Amino acid sequence: MKFQMYIQKHTKQITWLTGALIVAGLALQYLAHFQLGANILLAIASVIAIIPIAIHAYQALKVKVVSIELLVTIAVIGAFIIGEYNESAIVTFLFLFGNFLEQKTLDKTRASIKTLTEMTPTTALVLQDDGTTETVDVDDVEKGDRVLVKTGAAIPVDGVVVDGSGYADEAAVTGESRAVKKTTDDQVFSGTMLSDGYLQVKATKVGDDTTFAKIIELVEDAQDTKSHAEKFIDRFAKYYTPAVLLIALAVFIISRDFKLAITVLVLGCPGALVIGAPVSNVAGIGNGAKRGILIKGGEAMDTFAHVDTFVFDKTGTLTQGKTAVSEIKNYTTDAAQVLALTAKMETLSDHPLGRAVLTYADNQNVAYQDLVVSNNQTLKGQGIAAEINGEQVLVGNLKLMTTYKLALSADQQADLQALQATGSSTMIVAVAGKIAALIGVADIIRPEVKAQLAKLKAAGAKHLVMLTGDNQVTADYVANELGIDEVHAELLPDQKVEFVKQFQANGQKVAFVGDGINDSPSLATADIGIAMGSGTDVAIETSDVVLMQSNFTSLVHAYRLAKKTVLNTKENVVIAIAVVAFLLLGLVAGFIYMASGMFVHEASILVVIFNAMRLIHFGGSPVKNNPDVQQQAMTQTN
Amino acid sequence: MNKKVILQLDALTCPSCLTKIEGALKAQPGVGTIKVLFNAGKVKAEIDDSQTSADALSDVVTKLGYEVQGVKVKDL
Repeated sequence: MKFQMYIQKHTKQITWLTGALIVAGLALQYLAHFQLGANILLAIASVIAIIPIAIHAYQALKVKVVSIELLVTIAVIGAFIIGEYNESAIVTFLFLFGNFLEQKTLDKTRASIKTLTEMTPTTALVLQDDGTTETVDVDDVEKGDRVLVKTGAAIPVDGVVVDGSGYADEAAVTGESRAVKKTTDDQVFSGTMLSDGYLQVKATKVGDDTTFAKIIELVEDAQDTKSHAEKFIDRFAKYYTPAVLLIALAVFIISRDFKLAITVLVLGCPGALVIGAPVSNVAGIGNGAKRGILIKGGEAMDTFAHVDTFVFDKTGTLTQGKTAVSEIKNYTTDAAQVLALTAKMETLSDHPLGRAVLTYADNQNVAYQDLVVSNNQTLKGQGIAAEINGEQVLVGNLKLMTTYKLALSADQQADLQALQATGSSTMIVAVAGKIAALIGVADIIRPEVKAQLAKLKAAGAKHLVMLTGDNQVTADYVANELGIDEVHAELLPDQKVEFVKQFQANGQKVAFVGDGINDSPSLATADIGIAMGSGTDVAIETSDVVLMQSNFTSLVHAYRLAKKTVLNTKENVVIAIAVVAFLLLGLVAGFIYMASGMFVHEASILVVIFNAMRLIHFGGSPVKNNPDVQQQAMTQTN
Repeated sequence: MNKKVILQLDALTCPSCLTKIEGALKAQPGVGTIKVLFNAGKVKAEIDDSQTSADALSDVVTKLGYEVQGVKVKDL
């Protein structure tokens, strides 16, 4: 056992030593023409190099697996017996060296996840009852503990800020590197960095229950969740490798050519085929993870690439999911003044439309707080009437205007109807007996959606569908604005599921995109469920793809990435098969022998890994801190 | 099965390592489902702690020639 460990630990040194011995041996052979010396050196190289290979072969055989190492071991021993020291040494060296490079390059394809896991904090500063702090392993922090986080440190738990304030970079959880302000009562996530400030956080989730730990677990599992193609290749390899052994035996029995038989053993190694598909998926999933796109394994990747129908939930997905002022038609000379008056009026009400107006006024930096209201009166089902700074102000619907004997002009009527046709709720503002403004309030369409949907189509989506519980007018308006092909409104959650099933029955591959709030059944039913925005735990569990950032750029990237990854897998399989065909041809034609065969094999393995590594940088590097850069990136992608 | 053991290994490079590790651990008494994550280099196993322990599993894996870098035990 100790010997095995020693060998395994020093495989790298063995590889170099073998390489050096081969160079020396070949020098003796060709430069000094000292054949005996050369043979001795090459034989020593073979013996040293075969040890780690043979150990692997033996270990695999113990659990009844015929491994590539076994094929190589037999071939090398064979070559040794017939005195082909040259071949045996080079084959073993190439095999070890190939493995070494394979490991290095594989590490690169896994690097995206590694950088994620390395962000996991290991200790937390927990505040004790007596006011001192103690450094505690993150696994030992209890729910409810108060944790201190200083500038530059990673937040060790999921929790709520109870004291202090600062800026956190939540790239680890959302994939978007941007400073987010955190102050009392804000939620913070484990794994995110406090780039500035000081926080005291009350832990709500610790250890493996935090969002970040869940993300890592999900991605790790995803990279090992195999696609159909991979499972097929695995099964194939399981029988293929022993079959090669039998074929070599058959070749020897029929042809009585020992050399030919052991050459078949080396050429038969299934190298590139076995590694080709998984390595593409690992790289593809890693690319997504860096951008806050979690694709749950090779299977999901494969299905996603074949999706032709995207079904969207409207509220919270295509739209922002909260009402806001969509448009203001102003009929006076001082729009700001009208807005200030309206906002002041709305401070008297807690109507949702009113809150939208207040938010809007705040965002526009309109000062309304100091206005003085008197004689205010709420008319049920109509609106509010009051005097502000001596002027009569009315905010409400048409009925309210009629009550106060105010009429809309023809133009204003037309504006009102146009606003209503967009699915907006409307309110009319009158100041001093004159209609002053029309305000439309609606669940606003996200600004980037239209362009991104067009990109989704360009990337291969054929049919875009919107399903919503909202009314038909609003639904039609939103669909029309965004270029959606099919709309169904006024639906209950289970009716949405029925539509998804119907599309599937038509032979369409359906992706359902939702925010995970009450659309989990549809997420689960669709071929690919895509949860947008960090959403709920349930959504993360039932969906196949999770977009931590609630934006459509991620969706388009994920779709293109899936297609690219599947294409990459195919390329790798083709490369692998082409190599085997080339080797067989070479064997028949007589220009491929053991050492050259092993060389081609190892080279092809590196080729497929390098091919997969292209996926790591697919779509450029994720947007970093600088808001200007972000702005540029936005304009570019739009 | 009342505990879940997670072993963090050095990077795994050969797919046959998976079968090896899985096979060896399955042969231990008191071991339930086992998952070896190739890319993450992790072993996740459910065990019955009256029959075996995380350290015992760690020993088995070490003897196969893989370095165990970390051991975590969780209640199920």
